[in-house]
Amino acid sequence: MSGTATADKPREARADRAAFRDLRLEIEEFHYDYADALERGEVEQWCEFFTDDAFYCIVARDNHESGLPLGLVYCEGKGMLKDRAFALRNTEMYAPRYLNLQINNVRVHEAAGTTIRAEANYLLLETLVEEPSRIQQVGKYYDVFERVDGRLLIAERKCVYDSVVINNCLVFPV
Amino acid sequence: MDGTSGFPANGSGAAAPADLVWPADETQVPDWVYTDRRIYEREQERIFFGRHWNFVGLECEVPKPGDYIRSYVGEVPVVVTRDMEGGFHVFENRCAHRGAEYCREYRGNTERFVCPYHNWTYDLAGDLVAVPFRRGVKGKGGMPPGFDMTEHGLRKFKVSAYRGVIFATACEDMEPVEDYLGPGIREQFDIIFDGTEQVLLGLHRNILPGNWKLYQENLKDPYHATLLHTYLTTFGLFVTSNESDIMVDPIGRHSALLSRRPQGRPDVSEEDSAQIAAYREGLKLNDESVLNFVREFDSSWSGAAMTIWPNMTALRQTNILNTRLIVPRGPDELMMIWAVFGRASDDEEMTRHRLRQNNIFGPGGFLGIEDNEALKFVQDGLRRSMPRVGLALLGDDEEETDTIITERAIRAMYRYYRETMAL
Ligand code: FES
Ligand SMILES: [Fe+2]
Repeated sequence: MSGTATADKPREARADRAAFRDLRLEIEEFHYDYADALERGEVEQWCEFFTDDAFYCIVARDNHESGLPLGLVYCEGKGMLKDRAFALRNTEMYAPRYLNLQINNVRVHEAAGTTIRAEANYLLLETLVEEPSRIQQVGKYYDVFERVDGRLLIAERKCVYDSVVINNCLVFPV
Repeated sequence: MDGTSGFPANGSGAAAPADLVWPADETQVPDWVYTDRRIYEREQERIFFGRHWNFVGLECEVPKPGDYIRSYVGEVPVVVTRDMEGGFHVFENRCAHRGAEYCREYRGNTERFVCPYHNWTYDLAGDLVAVPFRRGVKGKGGMPPGFDMTEHGLRKFKVSAYRGVIFATACEDMEPVEDYLGPGIREQFDIIFDGTEQVLLGLHRNILPGNWKLYQENLKDPYHATLLHTYLTTFGLFVTSNESDIMVDPIGRHSALLSRRPQGRPDVSEEDSAQIAAYREGLKLNDESVLNFVREFDSSWSGAAMTIWPNMTALRQTNILNTRLIVPRGPDELMMIWAVFGRASDDEEMTRHRLRQNNIFGPGGFLGIEDNEALKFVQDGLRRSMPRVGLALLGDDEEETDTIITERAIRAMYRYYRETMAL
């Protein structure tokens, strides 16, 4: 469905792409830093990619498409992100793992004033001790960025995952 | 074969494998109950297709006429529907023709199910209503003249909806769900499902590489609550000295772990804090509103974690309401389908409060992550080690029920299990 919508207006899309090229590069760099923080398990640093009143959630695609709001993770405000970071660092029990977060297919949809609307695909690969690497999540980010003092921050990130049946559990955010 | 449903009723009556002998000491649980394929198959027959009610979904998952969901009875995929008159049906997700699994959507709304392979068509009750080219073409081919569509519907389960919860059974003469739950457990069940209209907030699904009984055990094991889930103790949600009650039904199959959260932070005794490494006085969440408890139940217990044999858990924890459906997928794997709900009377703020609070449970929740990880560790141990027996020694079967340092409910479950399984 969404595939044909884009194909219907190729010219506009091309014009947008040119106008947003610099922005896209900037957002890609943002994603690489973001992924790097998570891959290193720097969960406190992860919180700093968000505005103070950011909304962050991870939602299964079937819920999302059925209008069901339940999140696997559902955070309103940076305080809740910090509480999750604290729990991951200090209270949570989980097997050690290597994370590899791939973010690509970045597309900028709209830029108005300090607000930018964009999306991207993401892929989280997880490797546990003596186990083969596996796909933990494959999904799409629906993002709203806010430029604060020249720096991009996430004001809203909805992570909608196709991999509805989770492989045991999702420990780290995406 | 049972005449009405087409399902084998209550097992074949075959003897248990002779090489599997339960230890004489009943505090011991042998490894093979979690690993042996023959035991697994016997469980499908005698438990999931036996004299039990299986949980298949909530009414709020199929709120409108024509709504349906995929679900399971034991390992068998089924479809749950609400028909145009509001009645519920549960039937096999397997075409009566060549056996294709025809329903491929998580949920939806329809008037009929058309199997994509040869277009056999079933109504919302699972009855066969159309067979293409039934009379053949140009007088050739087609179904034999004696083919009776009424005899070739989908295999159906007997269904009972009790207080918004849908149950199914292959057994033709089951007692009502109320009686199946039994008095004490039913009372607790009725507090979670209090008759007010529910709304579905969403589902979680996860595959857990562990035997399905480990999940039952996990919710019958209050001992782990403060030791594994240090989030609870760190932020003062629950400590071992909180008032609790571990309720088990008289024949041992269902249970309820009841707990009372103190107002404010609990008093942590020296004994408690010495045992619980994670307790740190004064640690506070950045956003404490997550833990707010909006009173909504007619109960002095702030939390109840229930197991309903064989495949359901039901939870109310502060303002979190959920059910979990346990789907066995072979001896060493299960799928969990979590349904999270609120009430139709919730305003937007209450809905958001529930959504925020649900960070605690589910396969990405603070407690959910730990339970799933711990159970995986147990199955890894089972799979890769020399056989032995597990211990469920804690507590006394006859003592007062108000301690969480006990494995009484696990022992009760295995007593009932051995009887059902004739082991
Ligand atoms: S298998 Fe379903 S119609 Fe043939
Ligand atoms: Fe637990």
